[in-house]
Amino acid sequence: MTADLPQTSGRTPLLNAEGLTLRFGAIPALVDVAIDISAGEVLAIVGESGSGKTTLLRVLSGMMAPDAGTVRWLGDDLHAMGEAARRRLMRTDWGFVHQNPRDGLRLNVSAGGNVGERLMAVGARHYGRIREEAIAWLQRVEVDAARIDDLPRTFSGGMQQRLQIARTLVTRPRLVFMDEPTGGLDVSVQARLLDLIRGLSRELGLAVLIVTHDIAAARLLADRMLVMRRGEVVEHGLTDRVLDDPQHPYTQLLVSSVLAA
Amino acid sequence: MYVAVKGGGRAISAAHAWLDETRRGDTSLPELTVAQVEQQMGLAVDRVMAEGSCHDRFLAALAIKQAKGDLIEAAFLLRAYRTTLVRFGASEPVETSAMRLRRRVSATYKDLPGGQVLGPTFDYTHRLLDFALAAEGEARGEGPQAPAPVGEVPRVTELLAREGLMQREATDDAEPGDLTRQPLAFPAARPVRLQNLARGDEGFLLALGYSTQRGYGSNHPFVGEIRVGHVAVEFTPPELGFAIELGEIAITECQMVNQFKGSRTEPAQFTRGYGLVFGHGERRAMGMALVDRALRAEELGEDIAAPAQDAEFVLYHSDNIEATGFVEHLKLPHYVDFQSELENLRTIRRSAVAAEAARDGMAEAARDGTAEAAE
Amino acid sequence: MTGIDDPRASGTEGYNFAYLDEATKRMIRRAILKAVAIPGHQIPFGAREMPLPYGWGTGGIQVTAAILGPADVLKVIDQGADDTTNAISIRRFFTRVAGVATTESTAEASIIQTRHRIPEKALREDQVIVYQVPQPEPLSKLEPRRAETERLHALADYGLMHVRLYEDIARLGHIAKAYDYPVMVNGRYLMSPSPIPAFDNPKMDRMPALQLFGAGREKRIYAIPPYTPVRSLDFEDHPFRPIRAPHACALCGSTESYLDEVLTDDAGGRMFVCSDTDYCGERQVAVAQEAAE
Repeated sequence: MTADLPQTSGRTPLLNAEGLTLRFGAIPALVDVAIDISAGEVLAIVGESGSGKTTLLRVLSGMMAPDAGTVRWLGDDLHAMGEAARRRLMRTDWGFVHQNPRDGLRLNVSAGGNVGERLMAVGARHYGRIREEAIAWLQRVEVDAARIDDLPRTFSGGMQQRLQIARTLVTRPRLVFMDEPTGGLDVSVQARLLDLIRGLSRELGLAVLIVTHDIAAARLLADRMLVMRRGEVVEHGLTDRVLDDPQHPYTQLLVSSVLAA
Repeated sequence: MYVAVKGGGRAISAAHAWLDETRRGDTSLPELTVAQVEQQMGLAVDRVMAEGSCHDRFLAALAIKQAKGDLIEAAFLLRAYRTTLVRFGASEPVETSAMRLRRRVSATYKDLPGGQVLGPTFDYTHRLLDFALAAEGEARGEGPQAPAPVGEVPRVTELLAREGLMQREATDDAEPGDLTRQPLAFPAARPVRLQNLARGDEGFLLALGYSTQRGYGSNHPFVGEIRVGHVAVEFTPPELGFAIELGEIAITECQMVNQFKGSRTEPAQFTRGYGLVFGHGERRAMGMALVDRALRAEELGEDIAAPAQDAEFVLYHSDNIEATGFVEHLKLPHYVDFQSELENLRTIRRSAVAAEAARDGMAEAARDGTAEAAE
Repeated sequence: MTGIDDPRASGTEGYNFAYLDEATKRMIRRAILKAVAIPGHQIPFGAREMPLPYGWGTGGIQVTAAILGPADVLKVIDQGADDTTNAISIRRFFTRVAGVATTESTAEASIIQTRHRIPEKALREDQVIVYQVPQPEPLSKLEPRRAETERLHALADYGLMHVRLYEDIARLGHIAKAYDYPVMVNGRYLMSPSPIPAFDNPKMDRMPALQLFGAGREKRIYAIPPYTPVRSLDFEDHPFRPIRAPHACALCGSTESYLDEVLTDDAGGRMFVCSDTDYCGERQVAVAQEAAE
């Protein structure tokens, strides 16, 4: 690690990246981005759409390779470790919660099967215990356990999102990537879901890397935040500090627009 | 009784003897000769050569006769023959700008170097049954023919490319894949895709090409050029070190011109879809060219949304020899699988009935107020 | 027809022993060697067009043709029986193009080509069983794309298959797959056993004979070397159970063999008989002898 990294939480990072650069044709998507996240920490990446935050999430989670720069998981270069290792990470130590639950669920598989898939992928072979675990998780995310054999397409948007979270957390990952997890939901549903995410991340000691354009969500969930604009990190620090005392004009604009609203 | 369930060898032999008999039909009529098929069913012969993947008019005609006119069966016979032939090498690429033309039309230019040559075509005929043919009359006189263009006739796409309006194809000296030796693998390179399409089922290519015109994969095609004729096939024997001409084959080439919006790094220009098939097969060549262009979606940065753009879907289902075999294999006995499904279904039904009985029992027990009755 | 199925028919001059040319056979044998080296892993090979249609055993025929020698004794079965039409056709094909001896006896055969069954009689080290395979990809029903299933195999990412089995139990109370029941080979590769009934799956486990699988249309070869562990997928609390009709064979009385159901009239009359005709025939002879003594 180099000395000019932005302020960190002081613990050994689970994931850290430096010098991430990526262009789409003439458009810079990431410009020399550095980031790190430690165990149990919630880090929010905020910015308008087109600021590069979703691209950053995709690069950090290994779905997309940067033009330059490195991403390290526990010190190992993510993009050098090969697809097999990355996929293994994705079904063990990592989880990914998509904005659209349809991207993260199997719609033709029952709720129980959706939750059980990760357990089976890591070797669970006892139907009864898989089912018990699935029921426990449905209850935990406040989905009626009686619906365990129903297909997710019969669920409301908020329920689908809670099911996706249960499916992701069932194997107790250490780091969860979330891409606008409350994106397509009603405001009242959003608030409950944010509470749920906050509760679960504290309870399980999860590290969460959450991408959002919702400053209020970031304030509620995040320990630290990172503000992006046109592919660059323009501000980075503890959430309260960034929101109460924004330094960069763009952050000031973001914060004031929320206050004004 | 039991033996009758399973087919016997005698039944097979008898069935095939009957097939031979029906092929010959009414013996008071003269037998069709292979030469007659070759001469008078020329387009059928061309199709069988293309799908049978073997340029030999005599063998294709023989296959059609043997298959009683079932062209997929005939292509199958030809393929099965072709597979046994020894391969002694690969020819030089054929040069279609040096084609001895019978037909050459362009829909993009009214006139062009080399001219428009209509050739023998159904285009512009009125599709009225010609009862004079039923009368088996005398041979009709020879049609008047303009002299064919001589020398090289430049391809329309080349004319556009010289102006920078047509994307140049990437040249690649790598040995192209060969589906007759290696199985398909994905992503499939364009030479492999083209080989697959060139042998593909004409109806399948036609339908997929048609679907791109109807909005399933936006293509905006123009027929830059169709040319039909003969090209020389040259081969370089390793011991000689220079190419010698082996003979001529009949082919049809179609180059479709398609719009391309361009991108940030590339100015807008046309792109091409390419079709090349054995014999005179315009419909096949056009379908192939449309599908080829659709399959370039990924390379050209277009969304893959339509069936014709989906390489695995197209390439795995284009071959009618594979398709007919697997569809028709459903006629083979499946007693064993069916039996296991039967037992399975019975078991599931038994357990469902048992569960229902148990529920009824519980309900009754609840009414009687005796918990024991539920056990 | 110049009947491939008529052993007396001429017209095979010019064809090599066992139809395929030697270069092609070598290519297939190389694929087989690779397949044996990586049990259960599908090896792509340059399958040729055969004079029999795709889906009718072209993969099995090519594998058999590649390993067949003049001294071999060939048995061909379809649905367990030697006298089904396709079995007869394939047997005649090899009689015609290779002139090898054929047999209906499982014990006498050195190579057994089969569609949909494994013989009841246990196979030996000096035998090879060749399965005809319509769809070699066990994940094809769950994921139609080859490029993706190859990745799943490479990563041994088989959670999806278990999800399918989980769904069966959740919906029906037990695993609903009755044939082509997926197996794990040597603890590594998920494999289609071909559409044999699940009843036959246990016979594959640690079988002394070499098991070869040929899929012609899909152009894949795979193999299970002798004595390789083969486990049918299941759950600890829902163990795999082979299914057979709960009857005795009406001809030989066997209560252990796999049975075909034969309808005897249109009023619900039926009988159950062994699908393995050789096994059934031998037992009938034995029963008759016992009765005579």
